Amino acid sequence: MNFDKELDARGLNCPLPILKTKKSLADMAPGQVLKVVATDSGSVKDMQAFANQTGNTLVSQAEEKGEFVFFMQKK
Amino acid sequence: MKKMALIATKGTLDMAYPPFILGSTAAALGYEVQIFFTFYGLTLLRKDLSDVKISPLANPAMPMPVPMPVFVQMLPGMEAMATMMMKDKMKKKGVASLTELRDLCQEADVKFVACQMTVDLFEFDKSDFIAGIEYGGAATFLEFAGDSDICLFI
Repeated sequence: MNFDKELDARGLNCPLPILKTKKSLADMAPGQVLKVVATDSGSVKDMQAFANQTGNTLVSQAEEKGEFVFFMQKK
Repeated sequence: MKKMALIATKGTLDMAYPPFILGSTAAALGYEVQIFFTFYGLTLLRKDLSDVKISPLANPAMPMPVPMPVFVQMLPGMEAMATMMMKDKMKKKGVASLTELRDLCQEADVKFVACQMTVDLFEFDKSDFIAGIEYGGAATFLEFAGDSDICLFI
């Protein structure tokens, strides 16, 4: 999947992956896609909750070798 | 805009986390957040948070590497040891430091209100506190909390 920016949130625990996602999205343009890679299993539910509450779109999420990969499209 | 009002009343390492975690996250989700720091919670606004501690004493749910009778937990140095072990574990697990989370709150415009009565009561020196905080009392908190969507006492 194409993306405009990547955030490495590996090794970070709650709530840092969410806070860093928010920060990364801040300087992106509407419609652009942010790729986030995290190792915190709690982030799976939290990313969805973040998207639901902020209006950004969680385009996809997947687990690859113990890592969680998210694609978040900015509102 | 949704609002969240928190009261932070505890100054131990474990109880210092929830207000800063919820505050920073709610701000990221678009909430307007205000945290009122009172009694021991007020110590969380000091510039230096390196002496914030956790005690195994009267804290039977705290996971310990070996079971430890209460009279051992009372010994000098046990609190420091428990704190060191907890901080070490937090670092290994990628949990943010209190200072880091507090900075993230301030960057996200979470408003910190310090209880003036507590400052007077414990004779705190305001120069020991971080910049960018306001001082107020119960009415100040209630003005914001009365309109809030989430209100928690921590």
